[in-house]
Amino acid sequence: MGLPKLPIVSDPGLDEPAKTLTPQKIEEVINRVIEKETAARLRVYMKTCVHCGLCSDACHWYLSNDRDPRFSPVGKVKQTLWEILRRKGRVDADFLKECSRIAHTECNVCRKCSMYCPFGIDIAYQLLLVRRICSLLGLVPQFLQDTVNSHAVTLNQMWVKQDEWIDTLQWQEEDARDEVSTARIPLDKEGADVFYSIIGPEPKILAQLIGNIAQIMAVAGVDWTMPSLDGWDNSNMAMYSGDFETMGRVERAHHEAALRLKCKRIVMGECGHAFRGAVYDGPKWLAWKEPPIPLIHAIEFYHELLTSGKLKVKQKFEEPVTVQDPCNVVRGRGLGGKLREIIRMTCADFTEPEPGLEHNYCCAAGGGVINCGPPWKPSRVKGNRVKAEQFEATGAHIIITPCHNCHSGIEDIVAGYKLGMHVKFFSEILMQVIEIPDDIKAS
Amino acid sequence: MYDLISRYLVWIAFAVFVIGMAYQFVNLYIQAKREKAILPYMTWKHSIRSLLHWIVPFASRNMRIRYETTIVTFLFHLCLVLLPIFLTAHVVMFSFAWGPSWSTVSASAADWLTVLVLLTAVFFLLRRLMLPEVRFVTFPSDYLLLAIAAAPFVTGFIARHQWFDYETMVLIHIIAGAVMLIAIPFTRLSHMLFFPFTRAYMGSEFGAVRNARDW
Repeated sequence: MGLPKLPIVSDPGLDEPAKTLTPQKIEEVINRVIEKETAARLRVYMKTCVHCGLCSDACHWYLSNDRDPRFSPVGKVKQTLWEILRRKGRVDADFLKECSRIAHTECNVCRKCSMYCPFGIDIAYQLLLVRRICSLLGLVPQFLQDTVNSHAVTLNQMWVKQDEWIDTLQWQEEDARDEVSTARIPLDKEGADVFYSIIGPEPKILAQLIGNIAQIMAVAGVDWTMPSLDGWDNSNMAMYSGDFETMGRVERAHHEAALRLKCKRIVMGECGHAFRGAVYDGPKWLAWKEPPIPLIHAIEFYHELLTSGKLKVKQKFEEPVTVQDPCNVVRGRGLGGKLREIIRMTCADFTEPEPGLEHNYCCAAGGGVINCGPPWKPSRVKGNRVKAEQFEATGAHIIITPCHNCHSGIEDIVAGYKLGMHVKFFSEILMQVIEIPDDIKAS
Repeated sequence: MYDLISRYLVWIAFAVFVIGMAYQFVNLYIQAKREKAILPYMTWKHSIRSLLHWIVPFASRNMRIRYETTIVTFLFHLCLVLLPIFLTAHVVMFSFAWGPSWSTVSASAADWLTVLVLLTAVFFLLRRLMLPEVRFVTFPSDYLLLAIAAAPFVTGFIARHQWFDYETMVLIHIIAGAVMLIAIPFTRLSHMLFFPFTRAYMGSEFGAVRNARDW
């Protein structure tokens, strides 16, 4: 078809393990996964897909790469899973390296394509299946695998040790009390209304967000706690690498930490994939139909605080803003409406992105893609040109992204396409607009 | 030969079609039970909601973006299913064998609708050949399936107009129809059976689990 050659990216996580794989091992693993771990969905999807290509328009990778068919959702399945099944698992290591490149680094499993497939085929599920096979064979981009190793060893994503965790919370509590005198980060408080959990990168590189939430909780008068032991990290990269055993352990630890403290519900920070893991991918793997404890995302929590009057807006944020709809809480939980409500309550000049809500483009960072690290960054930024064009058309200065993956991914897009915009979490907007009562304002 | 084919083949084809579809359905159910995370998540409300948005033209965003494909797809599928059922010649034969009969489309309407089916089939063929994202995922079997679906209409049209030897053409037409019926349960034409279920599952997962729309 005369398609341009794609740049070759070297990644030790793929190149090194590929050298030791034998055809027998590959065939055994593939057939085990297909036989033992799949049933109705895979079989029916294979029989139902009529190769119509109508899923293509959903995918930001496809649209951004000048409609290169190798980047269309079905094109990615064709190059990986169809070939694996057609050859009954008799594929070589080099082929599987390509599979990992496609499934781990060029698909965000954002599930928009299943909204465009007339049959509702879950294409992301099929690419996750490819990731599963690659993961069991040890073929995972190195940076992503490192986060999974961290999950497996420490139950958090960033190798944060327990003393570092507590130390960071104390430091942030002190900082928060410089602004709000009653700010506290209560550890291990039994029976608290809210068990607040965050992702590993917050204590590691974005600690000020923890200080922010301490202030917000104090102003709103929320009875909350965080755990001092494992289970504080709600992120889960194992869910995306294909290491579902580790995914299950991480999710179980998170829910059990909240149950151990007898908290009434879990409130999760502004992260999309973590929410997906806690609400359905994790429980499904653990054979729980629903999460064992009520669980809401930060968007819902802030919506509650703002509509109930626990947080009052002093003066609306003036600069023009737009929004990034995180797949896992908008397409994955229908929170797009509430997200807009809280933005309108706090911001004076909001421009809707087009397309928006469930149809918004993914950030191209989620689904574990940004965690594949620097080697894959150029293709990731190139693979989301449509996102840059979409933001540019809004004329906004600030992009509100209530998700960590979106936040980092959009920052890369803003820099890569020189958009001159800034990316903010919603809590950062809140910090600028909420009224801190005089009696608790630090002098 | 003519007798044999016209008398038996059609019933054999129907029997294979019905039994094949039943087999696929039972198999689907067994597999869905095996994959434990399917049935507990399905709800009637979200299944029907999703199905409605995908069987009403332009009710989903992708149907509006690809409006030409939407129009052609609906015409193709409607005619493909309804035309054979309401064709005078078919009704007369059914009535002759079993008794009951029902209203039919006029001969000239049938002619035009057949031409329409063939034009829509040509559209699908051109789409496969011309759109890179479709050609990239096209296999010889995709052309074959399109040919299987179009063949009964081509041969029926030729036979009706008695362009070649009438009796031979009718035989070919019956064989083409039988091939299509037999192919449905065992090829990707089985989307006829699976469509409501894949849609219902995705509708349920989007609606019940994720509280979101899937159109």
